Amino acid sequence: MSANSWTIAAARDALRKGEISALDLTMSCLTAIDAGDDLNAFVHKTPEIALEQARAADQRIKAGNAPAMCGIPLGIKDLFCTKGVPSQAGSNILKGFKPEYESTVTTKLFGAGAVMLGKLNMDEFAMGSSNETSCYGNVVSPWRRKGSDVALTPGGSSGGSASAVAADLCLAATGTDTGGSIRQPAAFSGIVGIKPTYGRVSRWGIVAFASSLDQAGPMTKSVRDAAIMLGAMCGHDPKDSTSADIPVPDFEAALTGDIRGKVIGIPKEYRMDGMPAEIEALWARGIEMMRDAGAEVRDISLPHTKYALPAYYVIAPAEASSNLARYDGVRYGHRAKLTAGDGITEMYEKTRAQGFGPEVQRRIMVGTYVLSAGFYDAYYNRARKVRALIKRDFETVFEAGVDAILTPATPSAAFGLGEMSDADPIQMYLNDVFTVTVNLAGLPGISVPVGLDSQGLPLGLQLIGRPWDEAELLKCAHVLESRAGFVAKAEKWW
Amino acid sequence: MAIDIDTARKVAKLARIRVEEADLPKLAGQLSGILGFMEQLNEVDVTGVEPMTSVTPMRLKRRADVVTDGNIQAQVLKNAPDAREGFFAVPKVVE
Repeated sequence: MSANSWTIAAARDALRKGEISALDLTMSCLTAIDAGDDLNAFVHKTPEIALEQARAADQRIKAGNAPAMCGIPLGIKDLFCTKGVPSQAGSNILKGFKPEYESTVTTKLFGAGAVMLGKLNMDEFAMGSSNETSCYGNVVSPWRRKGSDVALTPGGSSGGSASAVAADLCLAATGTDTGGSIRQPAAFSGIVGIKPTYGRVSRWGIVAFASSLDQAGPMTKSVRDAAIMLGAMCGHDPKDSTSADIPVPDFEAALTGDIRGKVIGIPKEYRMDGMPAEIEALWARGIEMMRDAGAEVRDISLPHTKYALPAYYVIAPAEASSNLARYDGVRYGHRAKLTAGDGITEMYEKTRAQGFGPEVQRRIMVGTYVLSAGFYDAYYNRARKVRALIKRDFETVFEAGVDAILTPATPSAAFGLGEMSDADPIQMYLNDVFTVTVNLAGLPGISVPVGLDSQGLPLGLQLIGRPWDEAELLKCAHVLESRAGFVAKAEKWW
Repeated sequence: MAIDIDTARKVAKLARIRVEEADLPKLAGQLSGILGFMEQLNEVDVTGVEPMTSVTPMRLKRRADVVTDGNIQAQVLKNAPDAREGFFAVPKVVE
């Protein structure tokens, strides 16, 4: 098995024992990346930076006491600002933008010795569930349906991250999640993805979509890797006023495998009409696995679940319309060519019409509308009240003793690229039906691959945890992972 | 609530996004569809519920009101599409 297909945990141990160098590990990923161009996952490759960081990591490892992430080659989602390296958020409006600063997350990861292989494709400004809104073109999943060569979506918005990790182009990747953008692509691609509690990971230097919902997290090949990498991404940051000043536990140490007596809630509202039988069966199997591991399974109710999606599609566009106002052709990125007589308003309007793709334009305009005078109370304020009720639903079940909640991660397996192109935007939004509630309530959520559908595509389950208790959540996820024993890999065609 | 073409034009103007007249009917249709989906929120009884303003109940951190950075004019202007003599340059704003 070549080194690029290793887990972080395996690579860490091999590096420490001197069985491989960070340089060789990095080289094996760079080779895999060059051979993986058909996936369109890496959109800005940074081999020079990677090799330099790998050499430095080897020095640190040799000196002893290197942190767990030292020498681990990663892909970085294009949403993270990386100094001197293109950071476009998958948008033409940021074409040519090379930040003069480094995001807090990448600063922490590089400080721990991690290696950056390049920037990963994503839906434009993280707005999408299939990676079809990117200025770089679609990302292709390494997975295919049995006996078919139809190109499938890896999910979105962190689709480049999911595809790259699933295809072993890197050991792990960073993702971000505003309504499901880590967990949905992780489920579609047969990998693990965790969205931490809001405030656990600094948002500084990450291009903002919806500031009250955005959180970064790791996308990895195992729950153990998620625990290791999350530990390196977390921590208080004075540059993000919503960053929590609380200690970061040793997440990996929490993976004891013992969840006896834990209460796992099964929310009845997640049993949607028209849910595919395979998703239903997968969920039932997951419930059995938790029960078999000694957990108490309890039926619970989260009565406002149905309203999460409409509330999200008011709040997220509202925040986006405000956050994306900064892209005006003045300070960075694209500026439209002007014709004689054009003033500053024409410059703004033409720049934004050319720079933003259709989905981003649509969401900015929805957000503009719901925040406009006369509609603010009817839409935005009402959505924020419903959001408070959704959060209260979760608080109520946690107060009643539930430790974690088990749900499906997605309403279906991955679909074909272009299959949804004629659907109205709301059909695409339904992908987030099981994941948005978690962002609205600010909770941690993790997607774990549990099985394959009849066409051979991965399906995942989601576990939702108490706020700030990623350690317990990871412990439950680790048990689910061990019991599910998911080992399938996409058959290499690229 | 259905969005008519005039409203779509107004929203595009407020958002500072140029939309051609020919594209307005499609935009109005899509916005109407999305807003129709949001109408479900009217089914919820929100009497006495405060709008959620912060995700975690926490007092935002404060710091001393002192200058912590600066003198990075070149870095600030580095990515500008048009910068001249230490400033961002834009089309004439004042006659």
